[in-house]
Amino acid sequence: MYDKLWLIPFFPLVGSIINGLFGKRFIRNEAAIGAIGTGAVFLSFLVSCSCFFTLLGDTEKVHQQVIASWMSVGQLQVDWGFLLDPLSAIMLLVVTGVGSLIHLYSIGYMHGEEGFYRFFCYLNLFIFSMLMLVLGNNALVMFVGWEGVGLCSYLLIGYYFEKKSAGDAAKKAFVMNRVGDFGFLLGLFTIFWTLGSKHNVWTINFVEISEQAHLLSGDMLLGVGVTTVATLCFFLGATGKSAQLPLYTWLPDAMEGPTPVSALIHAATMVTAGVYMIGRMNVLFAMSPTTMAVVALVGAVTAIFAASIGFAQNDIKRVLAYSTVSQLGFMFMAMGVGAFTAGIFHLMTHAFFKACLFLGSGSVIHAMHHALHHAHVDDDPQDMRNMGGLRKFMPITHATFGLSCLAIAGIPFFSGFFSKDEILWWAFASTRGMKVVWVIGAITACMTAFYMFRCLYMTFYGEQRTHKKAKDHVHESPWVITVPLVVLAGLATVGGLVGIPHAIDLFHVGNKLEHFLAPVFEHSQKLHEIEAHGSAATEISLMVLSVVIAVVGISIATWMYLKRPDLPGKFTSKFSGLHRWVYNKWFVDEAYDVLFVNSTKKLGTFCWKGFDVKVVDGIVNGTGKLVSVFSTALRYTQSGLVHNYALTMVLGMVVMVAIFILQ
Amino acid sequence: MSNLLSLITFFPLVGMVVLLFLPRESDRLLKTVTLVITLITFLISLPLAFDDAFRTSAEMRYVEFAQWINIGEYFRMNYYVGIDGISLWLVMLTTFIMPITVLSTWHAVEKNTKGFMALLLLLETGMLGAFIALDVFLFYIFWELMLIPMYFLIGIWGGKNRIYAAVKFFIFTAVGSLLMLVAIIYVYYYAVKAGLPFQSGFSIAHFYQLDLPAHLQTWLFLAFAFSFAIKVPMFPVHTWLPDAHTEAPTAGSVILAAILLKMGTYGYVRFAIPLFPVAAMKFTPLFATLAVIGIIYGALVAMMQDDVKKLVAYSSVSHLGFVMLGVFAMNLQGLSGGMLQMINHGISTGALFLIVGFIYERRHTRLIADFGGISKKMPVFATIFMIMTFSSVGLPGTNGFVGEFLILLGAFESGLRWYTVFATTGVILAAVYMLWMFQRVMMGKITNPKNEELQDLSGREIAVMVPLLVFVFWIGFYPNTFLEKMNPSLENLIQQVKGKQQVALLVEAPTPSVAKITVNE
Repeated sequence: MYDKLWLIPFFPLVGSIINGLFGKRFIRNEAAIGAIGTGAVFLSFLVSCSCFFTLLGDTEKVHQQVIASWMSVGQLQVDWGFLLDPLSAIMLLVVTGVGSLIHLYSIGYMHGEEGFYRFFCYLNLFIFSMLMLVLGNNALVMFVGWEGVGLCSYLLIGYYFEKKSAGDAAKKAFVMNRVGDFGFLLGLFTIFWTLGSKHNVWTINFVEISEQAHLLSGDMLLGVGVTTVATLCFFLGATGKSAQLPLYTWLPDAMEGPTPVSALIHAATMVTAGVYMIGRMNVLFAMSPTTMAVVALVGAVTAIFAASIGFAQNDIKRVLAYSTVSQLGFMFMAMGVGAFTAGIFHLMTHAFFKACLFLGSGSVIHAMHHALHHAHVDDDPQDMRNMGGLRKFMPITHATFGLSCLAIAGIPFFSGFFSKDEILWWAFASTRGMKVVWVIGAITACMTAFYMFRCLYMTFYGEQRTHKKAKDHVHESPWVITVPLVVLAGLATVGGLVGIPHAIDLFHVGNKLEHFLAPVFEHSQKLHEIEAHGSAATEISLMVLSVVIAVVGISIATWMYLKRPDLPGKFTSKFSGLHRWVYNKWFVDEAYDVLFVNSTKKLGTFCWKGFDVKVVDGIVNGTGKLVSVFSTALRYTQSGLVHNYALTMVLGMVVMVAIFILQ
Repeated sequence: MSNLLSLITFFPLVGMVVLLFLPRESDRLLKTVTLVITLITFLISLPLAFDDAFRTSAEMRYVEFAQWINIGEYFRMNYYVGIDGISLWLVMLTTFIMPITVLSTWHAVEKNTKGFMALLLLLETGMLGAFIALDVFLFYIFWELMLIPMYFLIGIWGGKNRIYAAVKFFIFTAVGSLLMLVAIIYVYYYAVKAGLPFQSGFSIAHFYQLDLPAHLQTWLFLAFAFSFAIKVPMFPVHTWLPDAHTEAPTAGSVILAAILLKMGTYGYVRFAIPLFPVAAMKFTPLFATLAVIGIIYGALVAMMQDDVKKLVAYSSVSHLGFVMLGVFAMNLQGLSGGMLQMINHGISTGALFLIVGFIYERRHTRLIADFGGISKKMPVFATIFMIMTFSSVGLPGTNGFVGEFLILLGAFESGLRWYTVFATTGVILAAVYMLWMFQRVMMGKITNPKNEELQDLSGREIAVMVPLLVFVFWIGFYPNTFLEKMNPSLENLIQQVKGKQQVALLVEAPTPSVAKITVNE
């Protein structure tokens, strides 16, 4: 089975090429294009499943397949190679599974779009890149996927390229990702040369790096450990891709893309690449407690910061975007405190409930758009202030959205409960844990419950605030849209059962996920004594506490947005200063514009008009002018008049004679 | 065939003579004949690319030798040519780009076609000759030979400001060349005095064996390096380039970017560094600094341009900065990255100039502000433009990435670590200026009604781009085809240069401050 690994990225690549080259001219039919795109990803999903189950029953957990050599220059030998281990197997299932559902959904959502073929071409290309990122057996193949998903993100955010805001958002996403990539490259260089020149291990292969990483333990660079420098560089890469502070501002803008894109790329898969990368290099990260602390703190601060912005947004997709940034912060918290399994666990459950939430919001926007369009009303179909009471019209969307809200809020036995709780437990009790991270995490959990239920209530409950002409035209979406919703909501509900914590494992099913991922993480956790220790009683009481926290968040939302809908208005007018800051996202974008964008532009203009034109060309043209002035002056001596020459001769003779005599 | 290189080099010249006998009004015939000549040149050069001996041998191959000029007992220059892995791909790049360039002029050049085509062919001979010359004086002759046709191409067929640009181009390059000429003659007399047989003329291989004292090396190196720096062009002697590019006709810009600039970087690899290794080592910090400044400076200035062509021209300054950084890293990764990036820049930037030419022919403007929303009207063009944009940005999977990655990786190891950190920011800036330009030209709504009438690419135009696209992905996914044939020669070169540098350091070893340079950390 393992020699079929290459098929997994191969199918979407072929799908992308077929739709890209022939979609517009030859296939044309939406159903055929959609079927090719969805089918390609579904085939990958089948192969991934079969790989997963083969691996499950295998004692040997690490398998590599090399397709061809890529670059070979001296000590640098890079292959096109794939790596299947429990970590990549889980990611494969998430990417191709959620990916298939979202492709199916897109057939309905993108119906009637002019660039239908283009959309599926890009979406398949994205899946291909994401699979390269996940499967790469060395850092450079991962980097191909890493930048490839960035490219597809660029293409898909800019899908409606006629809108200026879409073009701006696309460019912003790519450039901010590039800032991260800068870090990734430097990290890679550092590891490659240190391992090579100091220890004669020339490799960028993940398996070999993990095996040889211990050699680096004594090496210093810039006064700190090499691993600290390298992992901090890699983490910079992760903050770009996974929208963490300070490089998160592109993600909310990325909502300019069609909603399936937001669900697939900007919630379920691409943005989790940074978390996956840390998981892949956990051996290196574990060697540097400094980096781990930085990761945990950045994750925690991002989580609470983004959640605070989520409070005041009225655009349904923006709420979800900030929620994504916040939840990614949770995953980094997990990685930072050494809870690698919990981080990957939350990545998985988040993929389910957040994809479901985004697709649900897409279903709502789709319905709103058609209703408003039908009634010729110009209202914003994404603004929650135009919604309300939609549960009557869209029962399936409402139910699935509600279930996912319960999951993200952390209500017991929904998926998010297990994963979030494990993260908080590790933050509290891990040898690499920090109480401050735990406190921030707990507060953020409460905020999450609040803003998600605020979103739920504003959209589906209360009085319908849609324009009265459009009111009755809101309908439930077709099956291609609702089926993925139902499947994802199901996963969001029960998906957490693969990781039941030991403290409440009444039926002794065991923590399946932890067991499965052990070959990847256990080694470095044991080596560096990373573990969560504490009594089951403590764990259970913390669990109860977090349930209370979630319920409090939900209750406040219920009170403010369901029972007393007049309260939010009063609240914002009372704290109008604070509200302005939160509503405007703490003015971070504006600050970045002043600090980086404008100053770079000014520097560019200076280099061009100041240095190039004035200094360099000034010198060159000045030299030219000087020669010309000099020769103009000399020209007078070449007048061509014989008596002038004669006069010069006489004068010259006089001078010479004078000198001769005076000597 | 033992005269293969001569055949390739002088076939265009013969073609030029044929062209001179054709009637000057028959525009299409002249273009077709030129296209056929360049295509044949490409075809006869193909066996070089398929020669597997380059994978194992660092030697000069296809060597031809003939006595040429004798002046008395002391002055001798020979017709001495050959190629190794270093020049192989540059020769191939030249023969490959020429037919593409000719095809691109189909509608672009209408005025005095005969002169234009004749100059193109003369230029091709000049460029090929410079790459294959193994006699330094012969190299110099070809080097100067290239200058003349380019001067006329810009000065006659250029844009509004063409005279200024042509003169600027000529003066910058000529000033550099003169210094190099003095240095070449000095080395020759030094060699004869040192007892090298004068029959070997200006043979580069013999010059390599000279042990020039350090102080002489300094001056000679600077003379060569200055000349090449202008051609590359390196900061701060780059200002002729934007003017020359902007004013040159599309074909001229393509050749200038794709091949002529490579003369400068090739000059460092073949002449300036191996002839004067000790001086090169001494000046490495200076040149690495200039290279890094070029990368960032070129990118910053490119960002602010309002003329698409000028933007691409400044991006060349940035890209060639990467090449120079790789060359001065003087290790295998850096150097082979640099060599590969020369090819990549030829393909990607050549393609971008063609792309600018396509829209210029349609709209007779190159100002970014005059465009916007063109993707809608020209989807095929948009796709090709986007691929080339990302190739220029260095996206993995395209050629640009492999070159940049190898350069940065090599430079990081070579003791130029901090330079590399700054150079890597160029990766970010490249995305900024290219994508911003792409957005303003291609995305958004069509605001200018003239853009409503735009036609998508014709079959001929697509045919021009397809070969370039093939190499964008070929080098991106399987660069080994090219790397494996250049590496033996590069390894040999590095060994030779490093060997001499080590010796020089040993001599000076008592002064600990100098010895520090060898330590990488």
